[in-house]
Amino acid sequence: MTSYRDLLAQTKAQISELDAPAAQALEGALWVDVREADEWQEGHLPGAVHVPRGFLESRIENVAPNKTQPIVLYCASAQRSAFAAKALEELGYQHVHSLAGGFTDWKRNGLEIVLPRFLSPEKRTRYSRHLLIPEIGEEGQLKLLDARILLIGAGGLGSPASLYLAAAGIGTLGIIDADIVDETNLQRQIAHSLDTLGTPKVESAKRSINALNPDVDVITYRERLTSENIDRILDDGWDIIVDGADNFPTRYLVNDASVWRNIPVVHGSIYRFEGQVTVFKPHEGPCYRCLFPEPPPPELAPSCAEGGVLGVLPGMIGTLQTNEAIKLAAEIGEPLVGRLLLLDALSTEFSEVRIKRNPQCPVCGDHPSITEYIDYVEFCAR
Amino acid sequence: MSVVRVPPVLRTETGGAREVEASGETVRALLEDLTERHPALGTRVYGEGEIQSFVNVYVDGEDVRTRDGLDTPVRDSSTVILLPAMAGGC
Repeated sequence: MTSYRDLLAQTKAQISELDAPAAQALEGALWVDVREADEWQEGHLPGAVHVPRGFLESRIENVAPNKTQPIVLYCASAQRSAFAAKALEELGYQHVHSLAGGFTDWKRNGLEIVLPRFLSPEKRTRYSRHLLIPEIGEEGQLKLLDARILLIGAGGLGSPASLYLAAAGIGTLGIIDADIVDETNLQRQIAHSLDTLGTPKVESAKRSINALNPDVDVITYRERLTSENIDRILDDGWDIIVDGADNFPTRYLVNDASVWRNIPVVHGSIYRFEGQVTVFKPHEGPCYRCLFPEPPPPELAPSCAEGGVLGVLPGMIGTLQTNEAIKLAAEIGEPLVGRLLLLDALSTEFSEVRIKRNPQCPVCGDHPSITEYIDYVEFCAR
Repeated sequence: MSVVRVPPVLRTETGGAREVEASGETVRALLEDLTERHPALGTRVYGEGEIQSFVNVYVDGEDVRTRDGLDTPVRDSSTVILLPAMAGGC
């Protein structure tokens, strides 16, 4: 009868075992941790992928489709990895090695390890539908939880954006808005309610966000964005700006600051039944000034308060903006960079036009002529 | 005849029409024809031989400024979009 000790010795005699320096010298090797999930979570080798021993045969081809690639397997003390190496050789892998001494010796010798971050059981439940999507998963959800997104405006576009960004688990949301909630807002601004009539929109939105997801840290700025306060607000550190401003001076101000600070802006604008969405990613695509070098004359730029807006339209455009912001934060998909999406809600038609960076753009062009804040109100009144 | 999509802020100039027709083998010819058919709209977007700077003109999804400007060719089947900026986030 063969004992475990005998079987291990036999197996080790049949496979290649390398010490850490020899394994590290292998070029292009894939490092596979075959331990259990709880062991992985307590630390692992940098760059390793985790395939528990019990799933090794069934999952290895997903992580190592090329059977000639060198593979270094490790476990805690080079026992499970020895059996794992034999199994991979049987599957046709040609250069398989087991790491001598395993993770225990690696750590004892003071070599670098990575402590993985992982979601708490409560967060795993809350974000389970994200975790199930391969493009997001735990890694993507952690990116969302780390993300800091600044919303310009807590009105029509900012309302749905703030709620869906909060639901998605964006860790920090900044909201800038000087207004208070009034009854005419409630036809579309779903972050507010009868309970918050007369209160500042930023406070009302914060209440709704916290009721939906208390994990989100909400930073409120009850002020109108101007050249005087924008640097102070942006100094708080934002990864992405979701622009739902309601006037041209703010749009151009946000654009110039975002180009200078290299912050992507998810742009949305609405009027009556029509909306526009795009992503201005500084230096990778056009900026707002490349798209619209100057605003229309005031008589061709009525606000929603003057011309009206279909209540659900900001919901449609604001959620499209949210989709772009989430993709940017999770670093997935193809953001709307260089493409302007147009929605006509009356005919339910989307169209897309291509937009390009203008090398002569005064702000993001090759030889910028505007390098500090201008008088945006005056610029837009010309 | 090409289809010209009219933005909401310029529909007063077309009696409310969301789309109008115009013809021309280039953007210049098309805008001149548009100005004859709809003088109020035409002069808003095309004055003194130039496209007004606040309005973008797209032919089949391409901004004519990034192509050949007023000389950009237009086909009968083309869709032309006139697009000024909108500020509203309200």
